[in-house]
Amino acid sequence: METVGAIEAGSYGTAKLNYLNNGSTLRSWLLTKDHKRIAIMYLISVSVFFLMGGLYAATIRLELLTPASDLLETGTYNKVFTQHGILMVFFFLIPSIPAVLGNFLIPIMIGAKDLALPRINLLSLYIYWIGGAITLWALMQGGVDTGWTFYTPYSTTFSNTYVLAVGVGIFINGFSSILTGVNFLVTIHTMRAPGMTWFRMPLFVWAHYAVSLIFVLGTPVVAITLLLVAIERVAHVGIFDPALGGDPILFQHMFWFYSHPAVYIMVLPGMGIVSELIANFARKRIFGYEFVAFSSIGLAVFGFLVWGHHMFVSGQSMYASLVFSFLTMVVAIPSAIKMFNWTATLYQGSISFDTPMLYGLAFMGLFLIGGFTGLYLGALGLNVHLTDTYFVIGHFHYVMVGGQVIAYLGGLHYWWPKMTGKMYSEFWGRVAAMLIFVGFNLTFFPQLILGYLGMPRRYAAYPPEMQVLNIFSSAGASVLGVGLTMPVFYFIHSLIKGKPAPDNPWLLPGLEWRTSSPPPTENFDKPPVVTWEIYDFGDENGLDLEAARREAATVNA
Amino acid sequence: MQDSSFVQLFPEQASTFAWQVDALYGYLILVSLVFSVPIIFAMFYFSIKYREREKYAVPKEIHGSMVLETLWSVIPFFVSMSVFITGAIVYFNQYTPPDDAMEIYVVGKQWMWKFQHQTGQREINDLHVPVGRNVKLVMTTEDVIHSVYIPAFRTKADAVPGRYTYAWFNATKPGKYHLFCTEYCGLNHSGMIGTVYVMEPGDFDNWLSGNSGGETPVQVGKDLFENKLGCASCHAGGPQQRGAKLEGLFNTEVHLVGGGTAIADEDYIRNSILNPASQVVEGYQPIMPTFKGQVTEEQLNGLVAYIKSLSPNAAAAPAPAPAAKKPEEKAPAANKATK
Repeated sequence: METVGAIEAGSYGTAKLNYLNNGSTLRSWLLTKDHKRIAIMYLISVSVFFLMGGLYAATIRLELLTPASDLLETGTYNKVFTQHGILMVFFFLIPSIPAVLGNFLIPIMIGAKDLALPRINLLSLYIYWIGGAITLWALMQGGVDTGWTFYTPYSTTFSNTYVLAVGVGIFINGFSSILTGVNFLVTIHTMRAPGMTWFRMPLFVWAHYAVSLIFVLGTPVVAITLLLVAIERVAHVGIFDPALGGDPILFQHMFWFYSHPAVYIMVLPGMGIVSELIANFARKRIFGYEFVAFSSIGLAVFGFLVWGHHMFVSGQSMYASLVFSFLTMVVAIPSAIKMFNWTATLYQGSISFDTPMLYGLAFMGLFLIGGFTGLYLGALGLNVHLTDTYFVIGHFHYVMVGGQVIAYLGGLHYWWPKMTGKMYSEFWGRVAAMLIFVGFNLTFFPQLILGYLGMPRRYAAYPPEMQVLNIFSSAGASVLGVGLTMPVFYFIHSLIKGKPAPDNPWLLPGLEWRTSSPPPTENFDKPPVVTWEIYDFGDENGLDLEAARREAATVNA
Repeated sequence: MQDSSFVQLFPEQASTFAWQVDALYGYLILVSLVFSVPIIFAMFYFSIKYREREKYAVPKEIHGSMVLETLWSVIPFFVSMSVFITGAIVYFNQYTPPDDAMEIYVVGKQWMWKFQHQTGQREINDLHVPVGRNVKLVMTTEDVIHSVYIPAFRTKADAVPGRYTYAWFNATKPGKYHLFCTEYCGLNHSGMIGTVYVMEPGDFDNWLSGNSGGETPVQVGKDLFENKLGCASCHAGGPQQRGAKLEGLFNTEVHLVGGGTAIADEDYIRNSILNPASQVVEGYQPIMPTFKGQVTEEQLNGLVAYIKSLSPNAAAAPAPAPAAKKPEEKAPAANKATK
């Protein structure tokens, strides 16, 4: 059968010219329209922001080793946690999976040459850089201390820090997300290869379709909100400050109208990756494919209707709280559906435990806790006690780090051979995954307990009886820090000395594994025609399983 | 009062609804375990039983199961509804102050808490309350948003500039408890903390009499109303007055020019003083000047207290009762609120 990528394991693609060596000048990178090169530049950029955000996190955990505010003054501490939040949320978590892995893989996974709007793709990267540069400039000038939530009237009238500059940085950065979202939507609608029907698309692509909807519909709202903050701060027009005739609660409604869906921006792509990892490393079609696909869309849609659950104690009407709590409970269902389907996918599979799969399984365990603690916070009476405590910090780190970061790392390990053409050390990969899992739980589980005890968030000093749990948390953070640093070293090592990666190291059926590693600039030598169903691991679709088994046997012998 | 064990896992239970929050927490822990343990068990069991035995094996394809999908959508839905309903009941208890509650004014300010009792005592960062009495906090702030959080009472409410918000509790155990500001408010946010002293009713009465703190809010308001601000020249209540009659006004419905109605609650009174033109009562001219910038938050509290005192039937009992008559032990206050 003449299908593209009918290749056996161990083949090292015939394309000598690939996207990495097709031009080596700085200009060929900075002016590229290749989604893969843009993804690599995003990868480097988000890594820099992750490193900076991580250093802030380390500083926070160091300060909280002791009950008193002794390492940092409270003013400095306030800036440190604010900047940790801003860098991590707006410049790492939101762009991480979509702009790096989504950018690299969506066109390949649907059999396209590139995204539909390659110039717009490059533009989004430049916008991201400009927004990031303005934000970094503001941090160097003295930083900002409003918390990443910018609550009014503190942010508009009382804070003497660089609120405006950081606001401008985030405002500009938002357009990068919008452009990426538009690009993905157009690409998924119009660029699918012949035979790549909607229900043959990998779930990673479905998840990005859902995320793109949020990018396009939600991001303008946060941009408008920040603009209004700027207008009030500069021109003293009363919008949010009651002293000027405004309403501070209005800000919270507008902010969370974007920032709650943004939570799904930060976890849906992770769910997409985990669906890939679980299916491919169990060599099983995902259980209930349609349910997993539509639950992503369900999360994106219902995610827009629950913003008020951030405001149960803000003085909003009790009846509004009732409605938001109800909808919050409803939005838990799509996540539950995914959990059950992933678990069922393992049933009767052929499961291998390579590094990416370790991250996939870790995600399932951690997201279980992240999701359930969300239910605790959605329950009105419990929310009153728990909101604005460390329980919230624990909860969203279980979702953001236990979810998105773990999935991002899983995806990065999974597609690293494809992206770079090099294999990393499997041994160190597994060690790092274990350290990250242990360190993560040691860091954030104590925070859930601290929250129920009543430790408020954003406190530089806390009552002495809460110290033991804080020491556990800080100790865990150091383990987590070591675990997160290790991939930097073995990834760089793999680039220099790593074994060349085969085109299809795990003999998987996805289109991305049917082109060379790294792929040519055009992604495929011949435009692919898809004749097989998704997650079909049999040999009738061009996967030469017999040869691969023979080869595996000789390697072992 | 603190737990002496190595690591404390639960805060003390010291209000009538604290046990309800803890019970809800217990229920959620139970729900989490009932769902998580089988999933984790299945993950491990499948991972071991179906581990790769042959490289590149082709396991039997399973597309899914409508029955299972329905089950694991519908069952979580009903469970989450049970969480929603129980959560809502507790929430209404936490945020529905009983009518007979003793009111204490709370004004947040970067970075301190100012409390004023109806008997005139003022406190900063410390709050003394009697055990077994319903206490309602009437809260606002002079600058940014703050939030009153007393973990031992399992209650929390934001104090928002420009309006009043409310919290209430009925303390069940004498002792000292943490009071935290839990809405980030700037430089010394983590220093905006205090202590709630819950005292036996007798001790509380002694404390009150040993701290005669000058004028009560009603007296402050009366003085402002009659002398300092001259409100009485229009609002004293005679037949020819230009201003609306205030006696018996509190908590009644008023008809506004333009057709709307409003309930004359604390926020309405406050807003009428600061933005009189925004809600003119039918039959009156919009001639009242604004008092914005001329009164402090505490003076506003006094004016509101005074105007409430003109409606003796509607206002909550302002004076301290001789002693707590019925220290409600557990749920009764809560039951009343859920009707």
